[in-house]
Amino acid sequence: MNSGAKRWLLVAIALAFVASYFSAQFNRYYLSIAIDVGIGIIMAVSLNLINGHTGQFSLGHAGFMAVGGFTAARLTLSFSSSIPPESPAGVALFVGSMLLGGLTAALTGLAVGLPSLRLRGDYLAIVTLGFGEIIRVIFQTSETFGAATGLTGIPKHTTLFWTWSVAAVTVYVVAGLVNSTYGRGFIAVHDDEIAASAMGISPTRYKVTAFVIGAFFAGVAGALYAHHKQVLKPDGFDFMKSIDFVVMVILGGMGRTVGVIIAAVLLTLLPEMLRGFAEYRMIAYSLLIIGLMLLRPQGLFTFGKTANKA
Amino acid sequence: MSATLLQLDKVTIRFDGLTAVSEVDLQIGAQELVGLIGPNGAGKTTVFNLITGVYQPTSGAITFNDQSTAQMKPFQLTKLGIARTFQNIRLFASMSVFDNVRTAVQVHRPHGIRDALTRGKAFHAGEAEVAKQVMELLEIFSLGKLRDEPAKCLSYGDQRRLEIVRALATKPKLLLLDEPAAGMNPTEKAELTKLIRFIKEKFQIAVLLVEHDMQVVMGICERIAVLDYGVKIAEGTPAEVRANPKVIEAYLGQEAVKHA
Amino acid sequence: MDWLLQQFINGLALGFIYALVALGYTMVYGILRFINFAHSDVLMLGAFSAYFLAPALQKTGSPVSIVSAFLIVVLAALICAIIGMLIEFLAYRPLRQRPRLTVLITAIGVSLFIEFTGQHKAVFGANTKPFPQLLPESTVQLGNVSMQSNDIIISLVTMLLLAGLWLVIQRTRTGMAMRAVSFNEKAAALMGVNINRIISFTFGLGSALAAIAGIFYAMRSPGIDPLMGMKPGLYAFVAAVIGGIGNLPGAALGGLLLGLLETFAGGIPGVSNYRDGIAFAILILILLFKHAGLLGRLQPEKV
Repeated sequence: MNSGAKRWLLVAIALAFVASYFSAQFNRYYLSIAIDVGIGIIMAVSLNLINGHTGQFSLGHAGFMAVGGFTAARLTLSFSSSIPPESPAGVALFVGSMLLGGLTAALTGLAVGLPSLRLRGDYLAIVTLGFGEIIRVIFQTSETFGAATGLTGIPKHTTLFWTWSVAAVTVYVVAGLVNSTYGRGFIAVHDDEIAASAMGISPTRYKVTAFVIGAFFAGVAGALYAHHKQVLKPDGFDFMKSIDFVVMVILGGMGRTVGVIIAAVLLTLLPEMLRGFAEYRMIAYSLLIIGLMLLRPQGLFTFGKTANKA
Repeated sequence: MSATLLQLDKVTIRFDGLTAVSEVDLQIGAQELVGLIGPNGAGKTTVFNLITGVYQPTSGAITFNDQSTAQMKPFQLTKLGIARTFQNIRLFASMSVFDNVRTAVQVHRPHGIRDALTRGKAFHAGEAEVAKQVMELLEIFSLGKLRDEPAKCLSYGDQRRLEIVRALATKPKLLLLDEPAAGMNPTEKAELTKLIRFIKEKFQIAVLLVEHDMQVVMGICERIAVLDYGVKIAEGTPAEVRANPKVIEAYLGQEAVKHA
Repeated sequence: MDWLLQQFINGLALGFIYALVALGYTMVYGILRFINFAHSDVLMLGAFSAYFLAPALQKTGSPVSIVSAFLIVVLAALICAIIGMLIEFLAYRPLRQRPRLTVLITAIGVSLFIEFTGQHKAVFGANTKPFPQLLPESTVQLGNVSMQSNDIIISLVTMLLLAGLWLVIQRTRTGMAMRAVSFNEKAAALMGVNINRIISFTFGLGSALAAIAGIFYAMRSPGIDPLMGMKPGLYAFVAAVIGGIGNLPGAALGGLLLGLLETFAGGIPGVSNYRDGIAFAILILILLFKHAGLLGRLQPEKV
C-alpha cells in the first residue's frame, strides 16, 4: 500500500473521469444508483476512521453529512440565479461548495469531538447521537435552510466523476493515513488508550483528528448528496441514517477498509434490489443487525488471524 | 555516580480518604538500577502511576531531569524520557509485533500527518528509517522472526518481552518495569534477570523495578526501596534491606523479626 | 401564578409516566451496563396490549369500569413482562460476555425490529388508532386550576408502584440480589445468586412498569401507533441519565423533573419546536459535566 498509494489514487480518478465521460449513454436509474453507492462509500470509509480504526463509537455521522449538505446547497442556491450551473463558474462554485461543506462539517466535528472524546463507549455513543439530533433540529427550525421543508431546486452538479473521485480520495486519505507510522497511533488508541499514552501518543489529539477528518469527508458527501437528489430535508438526516452507516462499518468489519467498502456497496444496493419487498425490507434490515451482532460481530469480510491492516 | 534523574519529594496521594502513598522520597540517578518492593497493596504501582502522570500527587513534587512533572500527561512524560511496562500486559492486541514497536518509535518520529497524506520522498525515507529501527530492536531481543505475528498470539514470555521492547523504542532515559517476572518459571526469571542487566548496559538507561520475586530483585538491583502501606520504611543495598527488621516485619510479621 | 400551578399539575402526571419508564432503563443499565434501546418499544406494546384487551374485557353493559381497567392494566403488564424477558433471553443473554457496544447495537436492532414489524399492515399497521377509554373521566376544579381524573389516578397509581418497587428493592431477598448484581456480578454469583434469574426478573419488572406507563401515556394522547414509544422513551432515557444512570431514586426524580420541564416548555410559545433539541442538549450537558448524573457515582478505570 505504501508506495502504490498515490498511483492507485490517480488511476482511480482517471477511471472515474472516463466512466463519467460516457455516462450520457448509461441508464439514468443505474447512474443514480452508482452515485448513491459512491456517496455511501465516502460516508462508510470516513466513519470507519472514527468508529473502526480509532474505536470511537459515533452515532451522529449523519449530522455531519447534513451540515455539509445544507451549507453547500445554501451556497449554490444563493448564486444560482446569477451563475448558470453549466458554466465553468458554476462548476467552480460547486467545487467551492463541496469544500465549504467539508470545512463546516469538520468544524462541527471539532466542536462535537473536543468535549465528548473523554467519555467512554456507550456515553460517547449517546452524546454523538444527541449532537446528531440537535443538528437536525437546528436545520429543521432554521429559515435560512428552509426549516422543515428544507431546500429544493438544488442544481444537479453531482456526476459520476465527482462522486467516485472523492470516494477514491477518501479511501486514499483514510487507508493511507492509517497505514503510516503516524497512523498506527489511531489503532493504538483503539486497542489500549492507556498504553498508547504511555508510548507517547496523545489519545485526545488522535481522537479529535479522526473525528475532524471523518466529519470533513461526511460533509463533502453531504454536498454531493445535495447536488444529486436536488432536495434536502432535515429529517432525512436523523438517527436512522446514522445507523445505516454504522451498520456498514460493522458489517465490513470495523477497521477493514476493503470490507467496509464492500459493505457500503452491498447495503446501498440492497434496498434498491429489494424494492419489490418494501414492507419487509426494514424488518429484514433490523434482523440483519441483530443477526450480525449475535453471530458474526467481527463483520462478514474478516478472515484469518492477520493482524490489523488497512 | 550520577546526576539525579528522577526525584520524588514527599509525594503523597489520597483517594477519597484513603492515603495510598504517603510522603515518599525517592531518588534515581542516571543509569541506576533501583528496585521498589513491598507487600501487596503497599502502593508500588501507584508510585509508578504517579511518576508516569496517570495520577497527580495530592501533595509533594516529582522532578525529572530537573523539570517538574506536575500537571503533565503520560504522553508528555514519555516524550521527556520516561517509559513503562504494565502489571497486566497492555500490548496493542490487534496489531502485529512489528507495529506494536512501531507505534512507540513514532514518539520521536521524523514525520507527521502532513507527510502521511502527501506521501512524498521524505515520507518514504522516514518510514524506511522507522522500519530499520524497529527491526534492529526486535532482532536484539530475538523477536525478529515474529514480526508479523499478531501480538495477542505470542507466548506469555514473549509478550512480556515485547512490552519491554516497545517501551525501549521510545528511547527513554528511565524505564519503569512493573512486575515483569509475574507468572514466569525459574528459567524464564533467570533469562529476565539477564535481560534487564543487558538493557541497562546496552541502552545506558536507569531502571526502576517493581517486583515480588526476591531473587530477581536482590540479584540485580543496586539499591532497593521498601514500601509498606504507602510509606517508605527502608532503603539501601540488597544486603541492608534483607537484614532490616522493619522489612522483615512488613513481609513476615512480628514473629519473624524475633527469629531473624 | 395560576398558569404555573396548572402547568405543574399537568407536568406531574407526565413526570410520573417518565419516571416509570426511566426506572426500566436504569435498572437494566445497573445490572447489564448497557442501554436497552428496545425499552421504549415495550411501552408501545403495553399500550397496544391494552388496545386489544379492552374490547375483550370490557363488559358490554357498562364498558368503562375500574375493575376492567385494573384487569386490562395487569394483563398488559404481564404480557409485556414476558415479552421483555423473552427479548433478554433471545437477544441479550447470548451476548453477556461480549463488549457492551455489541449489545447496544443489538438493542437498536431489536427496537427497529419491533417498530417495523408493528408498522406492517398484518400486525398493527402504521396509522394512528384511537385508544379506548378505560376509566370514567371527569375534570376536577380547584379554584382556577383544573385536574383531569385520569391524571390524578396516574399520579396515585404511580406513587403506589414506586413505593412498591422501593419495598421490593430494599426489603426483599430478590431486591437485595438485584442490588448485589449491580455492584459486582461475579461476587454476587459466588454468594449464590442465580444471575440469570435475577436478570430475567429485572427485565420483567422494568417491562411491566413500561407497559403500565405506556397505557397511562396512551390515556393522555389522541391515539396510539407503533412509533409512539420513541418520544417518551427518549425523554425517559434522558431522565435516567440526569438522575444518574444505574440509580433508581435518581431515575424517578429525573422523570418527574423532565415531565415538568417538558410541560412548562410546551406552554411557552416558540420554545416547543426546540423541545427535542433541548432534551438532547440537557442530556449532553449532563454527560459532559457531571456524567454520573445528579445522584450517581463515577467509576474510574484501574490502571
